[in-house]
Amino acid sequence: MAAPCVFWGAAVSHRLFLGGRISLALRQGVWKAAAAELQVGTGILRLRHTTGVTAKKNVAALRRETYTVDFIKKQIEEFNIGKRHLANMMGEDPETFTQEDIDRAIAYLFPSGLFEKQARPIMKHPEQIFPKQRAIQWGEDGRPFHFLFYTGKQSYYSLMHEAYGKLLDVEKRQNQLQAKGLFSEKTKTKDLIGSRWLIKEELEEMLVEKLSDQDYAQFIRLLERLLTVECSAEEEEFVQRFRRSVTVQSRKQLIEPLQYDGQGMAFSTSEGKRKSAKAEAVVYEHGSGRIKVNGIDYLLYFPVTQDREQLMFPFHFLDRLGKHDVTCTVSGGGRSSQAGAIRLAMAKALCSFVTEEEVEWMRQAGLLTADPRVRERKKPGQEGARRKFTWKKR
Amino acid sequence: MLTEWQLSVLVLLYISPICNEDENLSIAAAMLTRTSRLVSGARRLDPGRLLHAGSQAPQSLAAPLDNQAPDDSPRAVSRTSEKDPVKTFSEACLMVRKPALELLHYLKNTNFAHPAVRYVLYGEKGTGKTLSLCHVIHFCAKQDWLILHVPDAHLWVKSCRSLLPSTYNKQRLDQPAEASIWLKNFKTTNERFLSQIKVQEKYVWNKRESTEKGSPLGEVVEQGIMRVKNATDAVGVVLRELKGQSSLGGFRLLVAVDGVNALWGKTTLKREDKSLVAPEELALVHNLRKMVKNDWHGGTIVLTLSQTGSLFKPRKAYLPQELLGKEGFDALDPFIPILVSNYSPKEFESCIQYYLENSWLQHEKAHTEEGKKELLFLSNANPGQLERLCAHL
Repeated sequence: MAAPCVFWGAAVSHRLFLGGRISLALRQGVWKAAAAELQVGTGILRLRHTTGVTAKKNVAALRRETYTVDFIKKQIEEFNIGKRHLANMMGEDPETFTQEDIDRAIAYLFPSGLFEKQARPIMKHPEQIFPKQRAIQWGEDGRPFHFLFYTGKQSYYSLMHEAYGKLLDVEKRQNQLQAKGLFSEKTKTKDLIGSRWLIKEELEEMLVEKLSDQDYAQFIRLLERLLTVECSAEEEEFVQRFRRSVTVQSRKQLIEPLQYDGQGMAFSTSEGKRKSAKAEAVVYEHGSGRIKVNGIDYLLYFPVTQDREQLMFPFHFLDRLGKHDVTCTVSGGGRSSQAGAIRLAMAKALCSFVTEEEVEWMRQAGLLTADPRVRERKKPGQEGARRKFTWKKR
Repeated sequence: MLTEWQLSVLVLLYISPICNEDENLSIAAAMLTRTSRLVSGARRLDPGRLLHAGSQAPQSLAAPLDNQAPDDSPRAVSRTSEKDPVKTFSEACLMVRKPALELLHYLKNTNFAHPAVRYVLYGEKGTGKTLSLCHVIHFCAKQDWLILHVPDAHLWVKSCRSLLPSTYNKQRLDQPAEASIWLKNFKTTNERFLSQIKVQEKYVWNKRESTEKGSPLGEVVEQGIMRVKNATDAVGVVLRELKGQSSLGGFRLLVAVDGVNALWGKTTLKREDKSLVAPEELALVHNLRKMVKNDWHGGTIVLTLSQTGSLFKPRKAYLPQELLGKEGFDALDPFIPILVSNYSPKEFESCIQYYLENSWLQHEKAHTEEGKKELLFLSNANPGQLERLCAHL
């Protein structure tokens, strides 16, 4: 913000952080300093080098990027204002403009062809962009606020202390119950299915503190021990804070419906792609394992054994080698990509003849995923996509 | 691709036991590709030893083969017993398949007073045309016919080192190397007949040598082998004589040509002035074309089309029309086409059994049902493909 720009465009564009971390504070600081110096300089005709100042600021920033609390607050305000502006631009209601709407709007206004998703323009809440930083841990007299400050990892140890405290409470309660004779066994395992423990990175993020592997392992062991004993609702809730849910099936495979042709034979059609080859396969339910590609027998169309092995893979995996007839059309690409495209199309078509479990197995085997590899573009200054020109020493 | 030499060696395998007049008429039929690999691998260029191996493995199945009615015959594998388990595939084995049986049936019922019937074996690449031809040749050899076998006509129209202007006819070109090779094979194949058949004209080779009328054909063949320059003319003489004399009925003639589409296609040969040679200008091709015409009687002509060695023809062409071209098709016109196709399930099964019995397939899964299904899928029951696949296992 070297020169104050008033119109809203700047406000919006300001909020676009191209991924990564941009130390805006640094820039602001530098420019403000430079502007101040210049103003002073022009006033008193004194040019002062600002390089020294900038150099010092740079070194400090490289060590740790500190964002002050005020700075973050200001960023949040600007973000909200920007959000409202964006909603107005898109013609939507500013009150009910959610983060997904923001993402869609940005993708629409700034279309990017970059493959790397994180390199594209994003507009998110500052809390998600700026890393969490710890406030000053001690007061004016130099005395730290937290009683475990001098352990070095105060949040981690306080968490361990809390968890262990809970464990002791539970055990004490159990002992009391046992003494009274009202002890009853109860094990619960249903909580564990469909959820997983926090990973070390996530825990570090939560505590804003670096952990070692042993610390993390110790913590998880403590929580698991807490789970084995019977605990009340609040302890459950405490433990659940450290579990994340995991979807059992990452994606539901779309199963093609069966169609019936004139003779009553069931068949199913689907498409497949690989590199630049597109294929469409029609798999008949009862057959003798004949495959026709573009009207030609597959033995003649694919003289190379490798391509025929690709075609064999879906059937061999499901143990249905001689049981289906296939007719397919394919275009584009070379021989290997055509084989891959037909394989994908056949696997997808076979889904409709096969149980859900087998569909899941196929998905895990990679038969139902389109191969995302495409030809990498050639870059200027290099001979190919990766190959550089011959390096000459002189 | 099988070389002419290898095919001729196999013909020797068939013929030699018969020539030796063994009591047990051995069916030493050959699985060509296996023996070719073995030959090149185990026992190098030594026809003598191969003969020995061939006669070492007798088993008389002659009677059943003759009496089989082609319609309901099972796809039997006539095989020889392996007396030599050390040397792999020292036996020679053919699968008796329907096209060959069909042909044999026709042959048995031919009327030799009529002009020679032409049979053309055609089919996709690798389905077994050449082996069916060999089966027929073996059968005829057993029946004591005179065999005129050209293992691969494509060899005569490509990559010939020496081309000489013909001594007989100035416009044509000679190929001494190929002609002499063929004459040598012919000699070893039909030893018996060479002394029997008498030449009916006088042939003058050059100022000093000539063959008198009434001398045995063996002399002409010797002349061709010794004087390589006259080899092509010797071949021409042999063909003409045989054609003339088969009609007389002294013997029965079988003309077997593999890759007959070479005779009417293009060549890759060039003269010194870099002009292309047409097939008609090659004396060998010219003579063979005359042989294949059905204006003689007393025998049969069995031909095979082959895309593998053919020049300038698309890979997927297998029909007679495509491979022979208009000229060839017209020249061969009244012929009986016989389609040779991929293995039927039973044939496939028996082929795999044969490999397993001879321990050719070493992969542990080859014995199982799934393994067989995989092989079936990958090769699509094509004999050539199956053989190549099994070579790796």
